[in-house]
Amino acid sequence: MKLPIYLDYQATTPVDPRVLEAMLPYFSVHFGNAASRNHSFGWEAEAAVEKAREEVAELIGASPKEIVFTSGSTEAINLALKGAAEMYRDKGRHIITSQAEHKAVLDTCKHLERQGFEVTFLQPDRTGRVEVAAVEQALRPDTILVALMWANNEVGTLNPVREIGALCHARGVLFFTDATQAAGKIPVDVEADQVDLACLSAHKLYGPKGVGALYVRRRGPRVRLVAQMDGGGHERGMRSGTLNVPGIVGLGAACRLAREELAADAAHAAELRDHLERCILEGLDQVHLNGNRTHRLPNCLNLSFAYVEGESLLMGINDVAVSSGSACTSASLEPSHVLRAMAVGDELAHSSIRFGVGRFTTREEVDFAAERVIAAVRRLRELSPLYEMAKEGIDLKTVHWQGGH
Amino acid sequence: MAYSNKVLDHYNNPRNVGALDKSAPDVGTGVVGAPECGDVMKLQIRVEGDRIVDAKFKTFGCGSAIASSSLATEWIKGKTLDEALGIKNTQIVEELSLPPVKIHCSVLAEDAIKSAVNDYKHKQGK
Repeated sequence: MKLPIYLDYQATTPVDPRVLEAMLPYFSVHFGNAASRNHSFGWEAEAAVEKAREEVAELIGASPKEIVFTSGSTEAINLALKGAAEMYRDKGRHIITSQAEHKAVLDTCKHLERQGFEVTFLQPDRTGRVEVAAVEQALRPDTILVALMWANNEVGTLNPVREIGALCHARGVLFFTDATQAAGKIPVDVEADQVDLACLSAHKLYGPKGVGALYVRRRGPRVRLVAQMDGGGHERGMRSGTLNVPGIVGLGAACRLAREELAADAAHAAELRDHLERCILEGLDQVHLNGNRTHRLPNCLNLSFAYVEGESLLMGINDVAVSSGSACTSASLEPSHVLRAMAVGDELAHSSIRFGVGRFTTREEVDFAAERVIAAVRRLRELSPLYEMAKEGIDLKTVHWQGGH
Repeated sequence: MAYSNKVLDHYNNPRNVGALDKSAPDVGTGVVGAPECGDVMKLQIRVEGDRIVDAKFKTFGCGSAIASSSLATEWIKGKTLDEALGIKNTQIVEELSLPPVKIHCSVLAEDAIKSAVNDYKHKQGK
């Protein structure tokens, strides 16, 4: 077993060797510009891009013409939300999203607010899920767009996408879903789920960084977007800029593998995730699951270790790469906005760790990680005045704290 | 974030972890910070005459908070109360090479010293 161990698959994934192999010729041998129409270099590149487009489409149940290549999910989100808002602004100015979305959605929505749009930021339930009833209640005659993620990147909670899609279609409102964490991890079908716009990113599914895609529905309804990048009119005018051919080939190969191996990947991840959870819960008391036990990604586990601060825990398990929702791991000194939106309480937010397993995770690695986590939590609890007070029977909520920052 | 070697050393081998009898008349206890802020420090001193003869701490917080409080107990042991009150957070920042986002950890450690000394003085009716 090689150290350190990588258990942060929601942050990014290694490129699958088969993906890398598919990409390599497109750097130096088939290096043509996919927009070059008058020689074989361009034709080869274009053919490779179109094959990749088919693979991406097939993974999510779309048609190839509905796929727009981007630099990743953040760009796809910006294009989808700003592009739709600008296109349909005469129809209405109201957008619905949730407080648990990724910053790319939240900050794009805040940008749109400054442009004169009104945005409703729904609060998710305590598991991070936005129920369809909450969306229905927020809908207004001037609502043009609902933007809710398929799977949450911090806690892995799945939104009821199919129900939300059906609601939006019944009301004639566009539905965008950020499928960055879902694509390749769980079945995604934009037809069955009635999604109009969806994004995904190659590096979350064993492809390279810097490339992703936006799905734009062409029929029932046909979705139109105002381009956010002006130039040569690539990607049907929706995203100008010379195509990242090797990256796109990598995205296509990654999507093909994700489709072919989805069931096996998901079963492998769920088994290891459940094993990790079981080991930790057997070894420690006062551990809380953040997220939804029923509706969640197979590869994500977010736990709060009461009385232990997240960053100090990360320091104690430095051979295991994970993420924390603790404020101390962010420059802003604010704990995770997702856990805050879920109202888990700031002290538990400060104590949270996200574990992500994936295609290349082994049981041996999970056992090692569980052991290290248990040992570190026990040590830090011995160091924790909160644990001491709790053991003395003091209710921490009744304590009058002074000098907090 | 990269930690300085001194922070790592205090995190891995914290000095003076533990608790003193908080009801004892010669013990002063300071608890500062709040769980929802991600930092709580408890610092205790035992005083003979005017001198701190023992110090213990427990900290809920990041590695820099643990290191700041560990260092604080090390520094105040053997000092007079007035000398301990003279310790400034900037000295802790310097000793541990804390980055700007961690300066609040050193402030909390300074507050913890003051709070423990004040508690002792209060008990003594001073």
